[in-house]
Amino acid sequence: MTFVLIFLAVLVVCAIFFFALYNKLVGLRNIVKNSWSQIDVQLKRRFDLIPNLVETAKGYMKHENETFVKVTEARAAAMSAIGKGNVKEVGAAAADLDASLAKMLMTFENYPELKANQNFIALQEELSSTENKIAFARQAYNDAVMVFNNAVEMFPTNIIAGMFSFKQSDFFEIEKKEEKEAPKVNF
Amino acid sequence: MWELIEKNKRKSIAVLILMFVLMTLLSGAIGFAIEPQYGAYWGAAFGILLWAVQSLVAYFLGDDIVLHFNMAVVVTPESSPQLYNIVEEMKIASGLAVMPEIYIVQSPGLNAFATGIRPQKSAICVTSGLVESLNRDELQGVIAHEMSHILNRDVLFMTFAGVMLGTITMLSNALLRGTIFANSDRRSRKKNNIPGSHPLVIIVLLLLAVFAPVLARIFYFTISKKREYLADATAARLTRYPIGLASALQKIAKKSSVSFVSKITAPMFIVNPHFAGGDEDSVFAASTHPPIYKRIAILTQLQHGGTVSLGNYQKIYEKEVEKSQLLSNAVLKADTGEKIRAQSVEETAAESAKEVGDILLANAGFKILTCECGLKIKLPPSSTAAKINCPRCKKELCTESGVLSSTASEDGETELVFKRTTLTAWESFPCQCGKFTFQLSPLFRGTYAVCKRCGTKVKIEYPE
Repeated sequence: MTFVLIFLAVLVVCAIFFFALYNKLVGLRNIVKNSWSQIDVQLKRRFDLIPNLVETAKGYMKHENETFVKVTEARAAAMSAIGKGNVKEVGAAAADLDASLAKMLMTFENYPELKANQNFIALQEELSSTENKIAFARQAYNDAVMVFNNAVEMFPTNIIAGMFSFKQSDFFEIEKKEEKEAPKVNF
Repeated sequence: MWELIEKNKRKSIAVLILMFVLMTLLSGAIGFAIEPQYGAYWGAAFGILLWAVQSLVAYFLGDDIVLHFNMAVVVTPESSPQLYNIVEEMKIASGLAVMPEIYIVQSPGLNAFATGIRPQKSAICVTSGLVESLNRDELQGVIAHEMSHILNRDVLFMTFAGVMLGTITMLSNALLRGTIFANSDRRSRKKNNIPGSHPLVIIVLLLLAVFAPVLARIFYFTISKKREYLADATAARLTRYPIGLASALQKIAKKSSVSFVSKITAPMFIVNPHFAGGDEDSVFAASTHPPIYKRIAILTQLQHGGTVSLGNYQKIYEKEVEKSQLLSNAVLKADTGEKIRAQSVEETAAESAKEVGDILLANAGFKILTCECGLKIKLPPSSTAAKINCPRCKKELCTESGVLSSTASEDGETELVFKRTTLTAWESFPCQCGKFTFQLSPLFRGTYAVCKRCGTKVKIEYPE
């Protein structure tokens, strides 16, 4: 009788341990998902800002059509990448958009009248803050992925991760494109 | 990772329990002094109840009162978009679930604090002076520091500890009066043969009354200082830009005095608000917060390290302050760190004016040295000392940071070359004629510099 009781007690303890580990994994995965949705929100916020900025700038700079077209194209590409939801593709598309945005912001330097426009100043603060937010959201997401991936890999959570097919998440990297395509200057 | 930090508080909790035991002992002793038979139990129960009531009041009202009395204004995205954006950026970086409320208090002093015992309902309050005189990067550093206090549950922790300190001080005052009272009443006690009047007991009680508050204060300040360093470390990690917080601290140190602060809330400020003018003379001011120059020195070194991580902060902390762990090894290992980010372009008008002033002084022959702690020292041309001590952090500085070297140029002629080692500080080196000192500002990017006395041309090389 006592033997059966001890056996049952051990079984219960094991079950509790098992559920605790499972819940921990699910919790970590949810943090990763939430952090990803933060990146998503900020990327979309940037998509909304770009047309406004382009419209405001167009009135002042008639001869920079090519720059605007490039930014608009990059924006469309990044939007479709987000629709697919693949972390690596979004990273690549975001990098393209970063590069063309940076180029556009450089050309703004040549138009002092534009830079004095109140509406433009507000938009630019919004845009640069949104860029910061994307960077910080990436940082928070990668921190979360790191903790989750460690849990998936390490004992004892790895046993449960294997049983319920928890998969490691991808890190989100935005490579700096400007450095690769430095503008060529001829004297 | 931030969840890990929160759990990582065993030491602080141990100190809190020690304080709790001290408080119970003290209130028990008071009970004993009044009524030796059962008084000890009643006294202890009374002490705990007193603390519990005060804590509950602090928990539910807390700094809301402070905010309402000082006509703090809520910040919306419309009223000051930049401040709101900065707070939102830090909220995202920290992974905090709810956006804290933001308040601005009208005050010329430069300071900021966090309130909100529950992270779900927290607030960050800054003075109007702070918003006016800090640039974007600096403001971000300050907000990140305050966000860290919320994130690490410091507000809750320090409120309970502060209330406990207050209770212990109050009780010990009561005990001191109580024992004196008991002494004057000794005759009646002797008749009944009560042990409460025994001289040994009275001595022990007196000792307890005198040392309990001192001990409690030491405990309290140990936690408070550690939390400050920890919030700095977390802020640096969140912003990926330690120098922003460092230069904000430098500005705040000159003008941090704010009038509306109680002693319990003082540890929540970025710099202790109870002293003015940067003289850390008041005992209280020097105790809740570590010395500012030390905080700045750690952050500056972290910046020059290139990678910002909690582990790196820990290493520099051990070198600069003491060999003790801010965080457990598990947390330090879990943080792989991030690269330092670039400075954001915007500068306040006052800063660019100062840059121009420095360049004018350099032209007039002044030597401009930048210390590791962030202080800029301007030496007049008449000074000839080879080495001076930084007036703030006492570190020894060479008045000439570099020497000339000569190499063969492409045409086969020898050329004088100066290799710059940093682009964030002024650098100076003597010309070979000995009558002139070259001064290179952090903004200088020319390929050649020319001696104003002998006309020698020196090539300037830059670090990668």
